[in-house]
Amino acid sequence: MSLSPDDVKRIAHLARIRVTDAEAEHTRGQLNGIFDLIAAMQAVDTAGVAPMAHARDVFQRLRADVVTEPDRRDAYQAAAPQTEAGLYLVPKVIE
Amino acid sequence: MSQQTIKNLADLLASGKTSSVELCQDYLARIGARNPELNAFITVDPDKTLAEARAADAARAAGSAGPLTGVPVAHKDIFCAEGWLTTCGSRMLHNFVSPYDAHVISQFKAAGMPTLGKTNMDEFAMGSSNETSHFGAVKNPWDVARVPGGSSGGSAACVAAGLAPAATGTDTGGSIRQPAALTGITGLKPTYGVVSRYGMIAFASSLDQAGPMARTAEDCALLLNVMAGFDERDSTSLERENEDYARDLAKPLNGLRIGLPKEFFGAGLTGDTAQAVQAAINEFRKLGATTVEVSLPNSGLSVAAYYVIAPAEASSNLSRFDGVRYGYRTKDYTDLTDMYEKTRAEGFGAEVKRRILIGTYVLSHGYYDAYYIQAQKLRRLIAQDFAKAYEQCDVILGPTAPTTAFKLGEKADDPVQMYLSDIYTIAVNLAGLPGISMPCGFDAQGLPIGLQLIGDYFAEARMLNVAHQYQLATDWHQRTPGGY
Amino acid sequence: MQWETVIGLEVHTQLTTQSKIFSGASTAFGAEPNRQACGVDIALPGVLPVLNKGAVERAIRFGLAIGARLNRVNVFARKNYFYPDLPKGYQISQFELPIVEGGTLTIQVGDQEKTVRITRAHLEEDAGKSLHEDFHGMTGIDLNRAGTPLLEIVSEPDMRSAKEAVAYAKALHTLVTWIGTCDGNMQEGSFRVDANVSVRPKGQQEFGTRREIKNLNSFRFLEQAIDYEVRWQIAQIEDGHKIQQATVLFDADTGETRMMRTKEDAHDYRYFPDPDLLPVKLEEDWIEQVKAAMPELPQAKQARYTGEFGLSAYDAATLTASRAMADYFEAVAAALAKADAKLAANWVMGELSAALNKAELDIAMSPIPAERLARLLGRIQDGTLSGKLARQVFDIMWTEGGEPDVIIEAKGLRQMSDNGEIERIIDEVLAANPKSVEEFRAGKEKAFNALVGQVMKATKGKANPAQVNELLRARLAG
Repeated sequence: MSLSPDDVKRIAHLARIRVTDAEAEHTRGQLNGIFDLIAAMQAVDTAGVAPMAHARDVFQRLRADVVTEPDRRDAYQAAAPQTEAGLYLVPKVIE
Repeated sequence: MSQQTIKNLADLLASGKTSSVELCQDYLARIGARNPELNAFITVDPDKTLAEARAADAARAAGSAGPLTGVPVAHKDIFCAEGWLTTCGSRMLHNFVSPYDAHVISQFKAAGMPTLGKTNMDEFAMGSSNETSHFGAVKNPWDVARVPGGSSGGSAACVAAGLAPAATGTDTGGSIRQPAALTGITGLKPTYGVVSRYGMIAFASSLDQAGPMARTAEDCALLLNVMAGFDERDSTSLERENEDYARDLAKPLNGLRIGLPKEFFGAGLTGDTAQAVQAAINEFRKLGATTVEVSLPNSGLSVAAYYVIAPAEASSNLSRFDGVRYGYRTKDYTDLTDMYEKTRAEGFGAEVKRRILIGTYVLSHGYYDAYYIQAQKLRRLIAQDFAKAYEQCDVILGPTAPTTAFKLGEKADDPVQMYLSDIYTIAVNLAGLPGISMPCGFDAQGLPIGLQLIGDYFAEARMLNVAHQYQLATDWHQRTPGGY
Repeated sequence: MQWETVIGLEVHTQLTTQSKIFSGASTAFGAEPNRQACGVDIALPGVLPVLNKGAVERAIRFGLAIGARLNRVNVFARKNYFYPDLPKGYQISQFELPIVEGGTLTIQVGDQEKTVRITRAHLEEDAGKSLHEDFHGMTGIDLNRAGTPLLEIVSEPDMRSAKEAVAYAKALHTLVTWIGTCDGNMQEGSFRVDANVSVRPKGQQEFGTRREIKNLNSFRFLEQAIDYEVRWQIAQIEDGHKIQQATVLFDADTGETRMMRTKEDAHDYRYFPDPDLLPVKLEEDWIEQVKAAMPELPQAKQARYTGEFGLSAYDAATLTASRAMADYFEAVAAALAKADAKLAANWVMGELSAALNKAELDIAMSPIPAERLARLLGRIQDGTLSGKLARQVFDIMWTEGGEPDVIIEAKGLRQMSDNGEIERIIDEVLAANPKSVEEFRAGKEKAFNALVGQVMKATKGKANPAQVNELLRARLAG
């Protein structure tokens, strides 16, 4: 398979990463090389094999429904680019 | 004091021959003198380190010291440590001072072991050479024109150069074992779920595992005793009894069955590395082990499966870096989408972006089954290969990396060649097994060669025993780079 | 052309847990911004989710209540999209293996009963809130709600009118509040409805293209929005346009729907199993425990009310409109000295409901507790009060409070039952009304009623009318 520059731009937008046309072209070459590497696995017959999402076949442990977290807003927001009145500020969202 | 083992330092502290403050001052001085040429640390904060050292000395004076209290360690900058700059090697987190401690950091604090600093790494642990760090490449102390491997390259280099007696690392596809091999130290990647991932900045959640990097297998055992243990904050942390990973170190290797996967000894393995590994096999036979050929028929596809699964998980894990709540935000933007796209374009380096794009693509509509599901099926086949091999052997042996340390820049523009550096280590992560790398010789240029042991699930104590017995019989691990 | 409307609903019900679905932060409503957003909720680097058992338990409860299949192994997946109120850049939800699949809900539309099939119900986390007040032209993000547990309940496209959609939404609201999985507070967003609406020519098999109306937070808006949307879609098609699949918002001020401008990546969420969360296993003994602790459901109660209590289907439905109503009714019925469910039902649906409606009070807030109402009804049963007197006592109990017996004593509202006393009054009345007596004796039955009225008046309504009748007839015959 082979990606087009438009494919790269579409994926980049899905991932919210700005790419210039020149970057898209350069990236396209590298990604195609990587996809050639990945393509090897298409040849393997995996019919009937269950996909393995986790390293161990174990089940989720559940947490008791208890409030354990204190308010640490000030400590957390010390790292924020922009806050006001306890809110994180972002460019205007239009729904 | 440099090039001491954790074990020796613990003994010196216990006997009162030195103090934690003295030790830390000594290491901090070495870091101050030698780090500029190696770039192994991103953050050093002597005030913090010495405060922790004083607390450790006070604990010892009060009679409440544990076995390793006062021994300092360095931490890969992937672990969140409260009050420490925690960058993950990225511009995205260049200003992120963590408001909390990772489980691993808490465990070291509870053991009274001061932090010497935060070590350099490939950005978000994506890389095999440490060249993708926003904070510059780390140099290999064996040859500063060469890479130390990655992604835990800073941790490997600082231990190899004696700037720290030990360091923590993380391993998603070989990121502890490959740099350990390239710098001549010992590094252990435990069974997935043995060490909590809480507070360890995620790369690929189903593969990431933290482990120790040190001079010896014995030190790795002592450090794993500190790091391992159930943590309810990580859903994938395994609920098991705590064990003493050093308990079997002294056991003789009589009757040990070593599996040699024929796929690891094929055409790709040549020259000095092949010879060194063969010599190690002979050494193990002398120690009473037998060898058996085993097969891991699907291991050749592990790189392909890995470069679907790891980027897929990473593309999602790294979505939280959006310039809203912490970290880097671009200066000029017109609207929300512009802010997101510029922040992420400027905050992430080329390799991280490449992997996010791969991951986004393989998960996207129409490609999911052909890529992601197929990779997960291969992952199961790979894990089944190991299970079958362990019917015939106790531990699998092979090279850690196909080559010794390569030159800075040599593979930087060729991601596929870079990815193939991890060809022997990746299958272990896919299966969730423990693996250890230790030095087993040198190539013609005097660069260390790594030997990898792969164990069955929870076989860490046995693997450490095997490695320790090898290190008792050999002195490769005692060699240090000239000038350090 | 005749058009048919097809509607399916997706309802987000906020679960009644103390803490969030994947973190130990509180879910309490109304805290200051971001004070209930912990490291997991704001997606600090390195933090990890751990699933709340209480949320899973509530999903099991709901699955049992609608007779659904509970997937013994179910899986959490990541739904990836960028939005500032979604801190991780993905929402943890369930995709391929949700916890609940199948099941049905019976609704009442007019006098028609209809069964709506439920496709699935899955656990997921809520997002935060965007506040658009002016922060120098920016939007403020409050993540207190981020990570609040939701059970999203998805119906089949089984509804054919806005009325049916509302009936379904109301029945679902009753059920989730009944079983205590959701507090049902629509103002606070605990119960939010998305409606998938399409139209097709009557008789056509395949569905038309649907548009999804997001975030309807009242039954009235749900009905208005669907009605508008249906008219709009029909007008579009009749004008020769095609309907494009879209997500729209309902503007309550204009009464119209309009396209949302965001979530442009909606078609590519890149779902995949969350590697931080392992598959969830529902053990049989846990399901059994949850089943054993389930309250009796509305339909079972209705069957019991019509069967055991002999109430009409209408009464049974009215009394099970909410669990609080049914609980109240059953408490009254149980506390009655002499079993008489019909009497209890009449008073709960009659006097009490009228008073509650007038005061705009929920039955759970009734100033007259069930046992006290039962004591009042006991005084009807033992003849102390007539129905009319009892209503007077009830009014005093409602406005001033107090025990019925105390009120009866203090206000002298006891029904007169002493024969001698009544006979004395009858004699007085007969003496004062010789003309009526004459007429009665002449065969005019009407005159008898007038005399009864006079006696009742003289007793200030406290005499038992039946007793007066009997004694008066005896006296006139004598």
